[in-house]
Amino acid sequence: MKPSAFTYHAPTTLEQALELLEEFGDDAKALAGGQSLVPMMAFRLAAFGHLVDLGRIESLRGIDERDGGLRIGAGTRQCVLETDERVARLTPIVTEATRLIGHFQIRNRGTIGGSLAHADPAAEYSAVALATDATVEVASTAGTRTLAADDLFESAYSTTLAPSELITAIEIPAARAGDGFAIRELTRRMGDFALAGAAVRVTRDGDGSLSDARVVAFAVAGRPLRLREAEQALNSGAAAADLAQALERATSDLEPADDAVATGHYRKVVIGHVAMQAIQQAVERAGNGATQQ
Amino acid sequence: MSEQATRSHTVSVTVNGREFEGIVEDRKTLADFLREDCVLTGTHIGCEQGVCGACTVLLDGAAVRSCLVFAVQADGASITTIEGLAPDGAPLTAVQQAFMDNHGLQCGFCTAGFVISVEAFLRDHPNPTDEEIREGLSGNVCRCTGYQGIIAAVRQAAAASAQEVRR
Repeated sequence: MKPSAFTYHAPTTLEQALELLEEFGDDAKALAGGQSLVPMMAFRLAAFGHLVDLGRIESLRGIDERDGGLRIGAGTRQCVLETDERVARLTPIVTEATRLIGHFQIRNRGTIGGSLAHADPAAEYSAVALATDATVEVASTAGTRTLAADDLFESAYSTTLAPSELITAIEIPAARAGDGFAIRELTRRMGDFALAGAAVRVTRDGDGSLSDARVVAFAVAGRPLRLREAEQALNSGAAAADLAQALERATSDLEPADDAVATGHYRKVVIGHVAMQAIQQAVERAGNGATQQ
Repeated sequence: MSEQATRSHTVSVTVNGREFEGIVEDRKTLADFLREDCVLTGTHIGCEQGVCGACTVLLDGAAVRSCLVFAVQADGASITTIEGLAPDGAPLTAVQQAFMDNHGLQCGFCTAGFVISVEAFLRDHPNPTDEEIREGLSGNVCRCTGYQGIIAAVRQAAAASAQEVRR
């Protein structure tokens, strides 16, 4: 189908974009890479009187090293992140996650800010943002603010941001010595949306123990979720069997939805396995062999 | 801007080396603009939701789904469609020739998107492994038959380009 009619705006500065969002409020939507928004508009699942294209705002793009981490402009395209040397070196999970997003033609347009703002439950970047303790920079005509990624996501396709607010950047702390990351997801075909996925970080301390674990499940709830019981099990050096039990407890309350490709029950069964695979890989990468027995 | 603000804009793009300018409704996709305004119907529209890849074109050199770009977004850009690869009388590109030699066509509806995608893919991955080829083609997999001819075509085109470089 064709999208319903809208008025297109192409601001060249952030200030102009914010003014347009302020002026039109609920009736306006920011257009980033358009790889999720345009299909929703084509389906008429979404309709807006005004589309504010961010594609001509140079200041929203770019990757900077800052405070030992990376500040990534919201308009930075996925294809840039996929091949950037600093991203691979400082935040390798971002590189890995990017390769799981759609297909290369999608990544040629899609942006990191657009992905976060769209808040698809199956979005890799949302889960990575939680697993890395990333923060999100937000701007409106009233000023700027910073919030933890965990405070950004509300429910499926819905964030805590006001209609007049725009994500301008994401800041991701660099991996530290002893950190191990992994992201795994189950899809029926390459590039499909994940049926269930997990992003994991663990830190191997000097004494060989693990700390600061993040186990984030995605595509199994309205928003990415930290599986805290599994994190605690990892931090306390639980044996593999106890870890599996902790994962089961952590996912027991999930009620993933049925859809055309998988039942909710199936997603709930596989998330534990996908998370376990991601944990094992992250632990391995953190050094010192496999999961502690 | 007022509520009565215009819902169309002047768009000027270069398509296959030729300049096109027109007043285009804001909601018109680049795919529809290419087919209807530029009368370049080689770009096919399959799903109109970014899934099938049949409408893939090169936008400033990058392979993109033209159904997920509004024509107004492409203002000032340079676009290559399937018609631009071997214009009237020019020899087929290595990719086109390889698709022909290996019958990498299937029903043919998806072919323009495949060929454009493979042109971009091989430019960025001149010596792909079979796994890379399959990943590179994954964004165009449609719904008929097994893609073996297409995979063989990509292998041949990669080998032909490698030979070209060695010469």
